[in-house]
Amino acid sequence: METRELTCIGCPMGCQLKVQIDQGQATEIAGNTCKRGEVYAKKEVTNPTRIVTSTVAVEGGSSAVVSVKTNRDIPKDKIFEIIQEIKEIKVQAPVHIGDTIVSNVAGTGADIVATKEVK
Amino acid sequence: MLNYDIVIVGGGPAGLAAAVSAKENGVDSILVLERDQELGGILNQCIHNGFGLHTFKEELTGPEYAARYIEQLEEAKIEYKLNTMVIDITEDKTVTAMNRADGLFEIQAKAIILAMGCRERSRGALNIPGYRPAGIYSAGTAQRLVNMEGCLPGREVVILGSGDIGLIMARRMTLEGAKVQVVAELLPYSGGLKRNIVQCLDDFGIPLKLSHTVVDIEGKERVSGVTIAKVDQNRKPIPGTDKHYTCDTLLLSCGLIPENELSTSLGVEISPVTAGPLVNESLETNVEGVFACGNVLHVHDLVDFVSQEAKAAGKHAAAYVRGGARHLLFDGEDIPIVAEGGVRYTVPKTIHPQRMEENHTVRFRVGDVYQNCYVSVYLNQERVIHRKRQVIVPGEMEEVVLKQEELKTFPNLSQITVKIE
Repeated sequence: METRELTCIGCPMGCQLKVQIDQGQATEIAGNTCKRGEVYAKKEVTNPTRIVTSTVAVEGGSSAVVSVKTNRDIPKDKIFEIIQEIKEIKVQAPVHIGDTIVSNVAGTGADIVATKEVK
Repeated sequence: MLNYDIVIVGGGPAGLAAAVSAKENGVDSILVLERDQELGGILNQCIHNGFGLHTFKEELTGPEYAARYIEQLEEAKIEYKLNTMVIDITEDKTVTAMNRADGLFEIQAKAIILAMGCRERSRGALNIPGYRPAGIYSAGTAQRLVNMEGCLPGREVVILGSGDIGLIMARRMTLEGAKVQVVAELLPYSGGLKRNIVQCLDDFGIPLKLSHTVVDIEGKERVSGVTIAKVDQNRKPIPGTDKHYTCDTLLLSCGLIPENELSTSLGVEISPVTAGPLVNESLETNVEGVFACGNVLHVHDLVDFVSQEAKAAGKHAAAYVRGGARHLLFDGEDIPIVAEGGVRYTVPKTIHPQRMEENHTVRFRVGDVYQNCYVSVYLNQERVIHRKRQVIVPGEMEEVVLKQEELKTFPNLSQITVKIE
C-alpha cells in the first residue's frame, strides 16, 4: 500500500489529491471536490493521459498556422510522437473549428482537430 | 458623431460577454471597439485547453472559447469595429477612436464598459541588469509568435517568472523543439496555477527554482546567456549562489498590469493594489455610467470568471441606459468592503444592500500562502462567514458570497470585512 499526492489537472482549481494505491490500482481518493478529481487520480496512477494542443501550418490562409488539439486525451508518453507527426503536415485554407486534420494520430485512436477558423 | 447606447472598449473575453449580456438585457444599440484585427483578445493565442469548464461545462481551448462568444455576438447582430484604437474617453461619454477606414471619429455613448484587458510587465519595469540584446521577450509575445504567427523565437530558453503564461510557454517551446533550461521565480511560491506547474513543468522535467532571479544578461547582438542567483527574504541576490545558463532567449512572465490609461484620463479612480478601477457592486466606477470588467478591473486566472463578471457589467450598463430604478437608489448607503489580514483587495470595493444580487460574489486575492486557515467575513463586528481552507495562494483568485437578505436586515451596517484567520 502506497500513498501518492497529486495535483488534479481536471480544471484550473488544482485540487490536492491523496491517492491510496494498492497493487497498481487507486483504492481510495481524498481531496477532490468533484468527480473529475476521482477520474483523474485513477488515471494518473495507472495510465496518465493528456490533451495535446499545438499548431499546424496553413497554406493560402489569413494566418500561417491554425491551432489544433487532440479530440480526446492520449497517453502521456505519446505527446512527442504526436507533435512530430503533425509537424510534417500542411493544410489548405479555409479551416473550420472542429475540422479533422489527422485521423488516429500516432496510432492513439485520437484525431487532431482544428480549434480556430482560418479563412 | 455616431450615437450608441453602450460603447464597449475591447473585444476580448470581457468585452464580448458584456456586449452579449447588455443585448440580452434589452439594449440594442451597442458598439464594440477592438484594436486587433479579430475579436477574441488574448484567447486567440491561448491555444491550450482548460477554458470554459464553468461556463460551458466542457474543456475548450482559448480560440474555441472565444468563438462561442463571437458566435453569440454575431447572432445578436451586435455591431463592432476592428483595427480600431480608442484614444480618448471624456466624462460626458464621448469616445474618440481611429481606424484606417473611418479615420478619426467620435461616438456619443450613454454608458461605457471598459474591457481593455491588461498587459505584461516589461523588462524595463523589472530593472534586470545586463546588456540589452535581442532575444528577450515577454512570455505573451513569445506565445503570439509561436501560436499565431508560426515562428519559434528561440532554441535555448530561460524563463523568469512563474506566471501562467510563462509556464504555458515552457511547455509550448519544449513541444516546438526548444530546450527550456529553467524557470526562475523571485518569490518563494509560484504565481501560476498548480495544474500548470504539473502539466507544463513536471511533465517535461523542467526545473522550477523558487526564490531565484536573473542577475545578469549577457550577449551584445543576441542573448548568449543569463546568470541566475538565489535571493534572501528581502528578495536580494545572495552572493556566491550565481549559476550561469547558456541560452539565446529569455522569456519574462512577471505579472500583468491592467491597462488603464484611458480610464485614468477619464477620471476613473484606480486602486493602487489592483491597478484597476475601484467599482461598486454593479461594477460601476466613480464616473457615473462607466463600468469595468475583466482584466482591466483586476487580473483574473480563469476566463470563466471574466465572462461572469462581464455579464454582470453588461446587465448593469443596460439597466443604467434604460434608466431603471436601480440608480435612483443611490443614497450614499454604499457599504465599504475592507480587505484585512492577508486579503489584498476585494472586487467590488463597496456594496449596496438594495442594489446587490440575492447572492453576491465578492472576489479577492491574498498576499501570501496560507495553510489551514479560515476565510472570514464580518458585518460590522459580527462574523457571518468562517470557512475552513486547506491552502490559499496568491496565484489563485478566491471568492465569498454575501447574502442580500443578511445585509439588508443587519442593523446599522457600516462596514464589511473580508479577512484570513
